[in-house]
Amino acid sequence: MTAVLTIAGYGLREALRRKVFVVVCVLTAAFLALYWLGARYAFHHVEGVVPPAGVDARTFAGAFLFGMAMFATLFLGVVLAIFLTLGTVRGDAERNLLQPLVVRPIGRATLLVARFLGAAAVCVPYVLILYFAGMLLTGLEGSWWPDRIVTPGLELAAGVLVVAALSLLGSVFLSSIANGIAVFMVFGAGLVAGLLGNIGHVLNSSGLIHAAKIAAWAIPFEALYQDALRAITEKTSGLTGFLLRLGPFGGAEQGGIGLRLWVVAYLVIVGAIAIAGFARRDL
Amino acid sequence: MPAALAVSGLVKRYGAVDALVGVDLEVRESELVGLLGPNGAGKSTLVKIACGLVRPTSGRAEVCGARAGAREARAAMGYLAELFRFPGWMTADELLELHQRLAGSRGGERERIELLELVGLEEARKRAVEAMSKGMQQRLGIAQALVGSPRLLLLDEPTSALDPVGRRTVRKLLEELQRRGVSVLLNSHLLSEIELVCDRVVILLGGRVVSAGTPAELSRPRGVEIETSQGKRTYPQAGREDVPKLIADLVRDGQDVYGARVLTSTLEEVYVEAVGGETS
Ligand SMILES: Nc1ncnc2c1ncn2[C@@H]1O[C@H](COP(=O)(O)OP(=O)(O)O)[C@@H](O)[C@H]1O
Ligand SMILES: [Mg+2]
Repeated sequence: MTAVLTIAGYGLREALRRKVFVVVCVLTAAFLALYWLGARYAFHHVEGVVPPAGVDARTFAGAFLFGMAMFATLFLGVVLAIFLTLGTVRGDAERNLLQPLVVRPIGRATLLVARFLGAAAVCVPYVLILYFAGMLLTGLEGSWWPDRIVTPGLELAAGVLVVAALSLLGSVFLSSIANGIAVFMVFGAGLVAGLLGNIGHVLNSSGLIHAAKIAAWAIPFEALYQDALRAITEKTSGLTGFLLRLGPFGGAEQGGIGLRLWVVAYLVIVGAIAIAGFARRDL
Repeated sequence: MPAALAVSGLVKRYGAVDALVGVDLEVRESELVGLLGPNGAGKSTLVKIACGLVRPTSGRAEVCGARAGAREARAAMGYLAELFRFPGWMTADELLELHQRLAGSRGGERERIELLELVGLEEARKRAVEAMSKGMQQRLGIAQALVGSPRLLLLDEPTSALDPVGRRTVRKLLEELQRRGVSVLLNSHLLSEIELVCDRVVILLGGRVVSAGTPAELSRPRGVEIETSQGKRTYPQAGREDVPKLIADLVRDGQDVYGARVLTSTLEEVYVEAVGGETS
């Protein structure tokens, strides 16, 4: 246990020195400032808009904006998670930093788990803070609050943990830069799959919907994100709800308990593959 | 008591490269063994297998009776890599504290201060690694390897960045460790160093042991040289036990004998002979 805390703390201090947190803080502040401005203008305009019959302009604007904030939250959380984990094994081994730690009795599996927990200890609070900050800005500017308050935030955090696990797995086999690129590409592919799923729903194309569903479950941060988007307008019905679900920040996929169990299993499987790969690796 | 390090039939292939092709080697309790050989001989590979960084292709390696790489094996050894880096932002004291926690050492501040004194870094306790010279970092690395009082110390070229004074510090340190009963495997290509401190020397070439023994055993007799009024004369076949008779014969022939010397080869000569003049 001491060893886990030691390694987790070591990883975070290393990140601190590499200015990871500075970069993320600057990006976060910039995003929140822009978002606040955007929300202020958008809700101001909505006052004067006469929407089509059956559409509630304020709800539409609120859900759309907050959906965008959730995307940004996921994105920034993913950036942080990747920066914290991308060089854990091969990157640090190539810099000759890893070997002195690995030969200590703690063992390779503990080291990986500790680095994952260290990243989680930073990313989960970060995502939640950003999520609630976005919600607060939307609510204060437009008096709109999501239908579900807590669950979507937790789902975003879980999505970021999935990416952190994939990045740790990648770090066993790829050097830092290659791993960073690969994980970002997987992340992008997941988002594209989600958008294709939305389009599939519009076109009523079962093939597209099916493909997007498979992709969303193969990299379940996407399914979590979709479910989180769905949850914020869960009780919004009629044309407003329909239109929201079509948009880029609309969640068409429903997750449920099956998704949550799968995410837990997924983390365990990814972790097991990473540990097995690390155990076989010459350093 | 099992040997501190026991290696037999050790083979390591990296893809098409044969790094080790069947090595047998033993470091006994409180023995200091020097591992010599040109670059690429397989010295680092052997040490990395012993500390569990590299998995052998076949063969056996045990540390204090436990399979190399196993938890108990890692708990019994300290290691300083040939190429190593410590986080630049850590101070010497923080680095040792990190390793104390990872090694489960309860030595606390006393152990840290003692180790830094042992390597002559007591003044640099609060200095960050990035503000240290390479030589200081190497000495800090040795202190780090000694955290938790390991029974086996694996040092891969620990003096490559040290100046003569630093080397002397390390030599004194090795002698101190010998007194404390620590077993050491020391990779080096500094022959004089090895000759001075090692109980036994193993020469590795192309992944196999080509020569092994105590420095005295390896330094084979090369005859006897006797200085008379007619100059120096060498008797290549003679040994120490032949000296009295040789001198007696010369004196009987009416010659004046000024000196006699038993010739032995230096470790350097043994080494060059063993590796066939090969360099990196
Ligand atoms: N990770 C590796 N991948 C491929 N070949 C390697 C690797 N490490 C070492 N080798 C090769 O194995 C041989 C032995 O290397 P090494 O053990 O480092 O020798 P030494 O320490 O005696 O200089 C060399 O030919 C080297 O090129
Ligand atoms: Mg070497």
